[in-house]
Amino acid sequence: MNSLNIPADSVGLVETRTFTFAHPPRELRLVSGKTLGPVTLSYETYGELNADCSNAILVLHALSGSAHAAGFNSPEDQYPGWWDYYIGPGKAFDTNKYFVISSNVVGGCTGSTGPASINPETGREYGLEFPIVTIQDMVNAQWHLVRHLGIRRLLAVTGGSMGGMQALQWAISYPEMVQSVIALASSSSLSAQGIAFNEVARQAIFRDPHFNGGNYYHGQKPDDGLSLARMIGHITYLSDKLMHERFGRRLKNQELPAFNFSSEFMVETYLHHQGIKFVNRFDANSYLYITKAIDYFDLKADYNGSLVSAFENVVSDFLIISFTSDWLYPSEQSVEIVKALRTNGKNVVYTEIESDFGHDTFLLDDERTQRNIHNFLRSEFEKAR
Amino acid sequence: MKKHDENEFGSRVGYRQIIDEIPRGSRVLDLGCGDGMLLDVLKRLKNAETFGVEISQEGVSQCLEKGLYCFQGDIDSGLADYRADSFDYVILNQTLQDTKKPEYVLCETMRIGKRAIVSFPNFGHVGIRVKLLTGGTMPRNRLFPYMWYETPNIHLLTIRDFQEFCIMYGYPIGKESHFSMQRGRPVPVRAFPNFRAEYGFFVLDGDRYKERRECNA
Repeated sequence: MNSLNIPADSVGLVETRTFTFAHPPRELRLVSGKTLGPVTLSYETYGELNADCSNAILVLHALSGSAHAAGFNSPEDQYPGWWDYYIGPGKAFDTNKYFVISSNVVGGCTGSTGPASINPETGREYGLEFPIVTIQDMVNAQWHLVRHLGIRRLLAVTGGSMGGMQALQWAISYPEMVQSVIALASSSSLSAQGIAFNEVARQAIFRDPHFNGGNYYHGQKPDDGLSLARMIGHITYLSDKLMHERFGRRLKNQELPAFNFSSEFMVETYLHHQGIKFVNRFDANSYLYITKAIDYFDLKADYNGSLVSAFENVVSDFLIISFTSDWLYPSEQSVEIVKALRTNGKNVVYTEIESDFGHDTFLLDDERTQRNIHNFLRSEFEKAR
Repeated sequence: MKKHDENEFGSRVGYRQIIDEIPRGSRVLDLGCGDGMLLDVLKRLKNAETFGVEISQEGVSQCLEKGLYCFQGDIDSGLADYRADSFDYVILNQTLQDTKKPEYVLCETMRIGKRAIVSFPNFGHVGIRVKLLTGGTMPRNRLFPYMWYETPNIHLLTIRDFQEFCIMYGYPIGKESHFSMQRGRPVPVRAFPNFRAEYGFFVLDGDRYKERRECNA
């Protein structure tokens, strides 16, 4: 792809920027009690901030995402950012109208401070010396970025999956700054089943012979473990029905089975491909830290077992969207959030979109989801002015 | 925003009476709100704070288009999370006969609303009675347009049924204004409503309903 055939509804060429803060001795205090500093966050912005700063939207990504949510980083890029279906001129997050900020997370590996960064105290990569970070810590770091950009109030904070968790946390941690929340395929806590899958993924990394206690930055990397972790993840992002329809029991090349252990079923090939693709762009240690942050996230536990208490002081309006075939973040978990909000008399829209595409639906070009977001934002924006 | 034609919402069953009934600035919950038109009108004409529950994905989507807060869900399977008296009015407009558990839905309605507005097609209407008596088959007309095997109206009732129900459960009836639709307009029916009115229309007075019970789904 070159710059000449970038589609008209794309934000076009974008640059990932970074912001560094929490320089010692004013480090970021983490939920665990430890401190971290300096902290760098990578981010991208699309569209223009209006004069009264009332059109800013913060977009937050899921486990394996990055700040690159829309457009292309270079004319050679084959694929646009992870939420390009949703962000751009005339799209759900209309960049002609809104100023969109997409932020990475602390603990990540795409430009932000994480286990692959150099620990200023030792001069070496943090590795497993990197402190455990939580969703709350990610949000607290993003607060610095948002304030750095001169924004006092966000029209919306949005994201899917872990991005939705961050958005919910934003409304709780900084109620006065968040006018509305759009959380897709999200939850107030991951299920035991979800934690189980994350743990198997982490074990795959730990048990890779090249893992070396997390100190692998100067030798061979635990690629096998990380790609296996990604394969496990991918199973949970899709639905049974989708796998059946897309791959079925079809074999890759031949009509008849080869009677050996080569990867011959289409679904095997797909998973292997996903695993291999992933190791080129993600750090195994970051995968450990971020899955752990997801596992620890529990709004109920933060408020003595009451989700109703967790949302008591929020003042945001909410759009909560779930997808029928999502078994990793099932609709019941979204409904639980919505009910806690209803008990508190908050303004909330909930819709369950029928989809066969599983958890990953929120990343796909789904017209109903886009229309709902577009309409919700329009009325929130009218309210803000 | 697109303005609705006066006649368009006036012709929708029950809308005219409900709009007249609800004071300005009320907090309103519409159970089974469909495309949200009633709530939209209440928001614009009565400056009401509006909320809806709707079972269909498309209905919720249309509510969003109108800037309404709507929950996609089944009113039979949960209203328990709303706090008592959290709405000035809870509306059940042409919805009650479609619910699986009308007893439960009304119990919750009385708990969460200070007042309830309940309107439904009257199965005791003379047209229905005559059709059943002379035809001997399940009556079908403008009020009940469905065949027996495809009707969503699974709990048919008459105006008298509902009056007796309210007495039995101690729900104070604040007002009754039963009506028929003529050329797209509601016409009040005062004499022999259970025989002559196509639709029952009740305002239940939750303020006078003190002995609230737990609602068992």
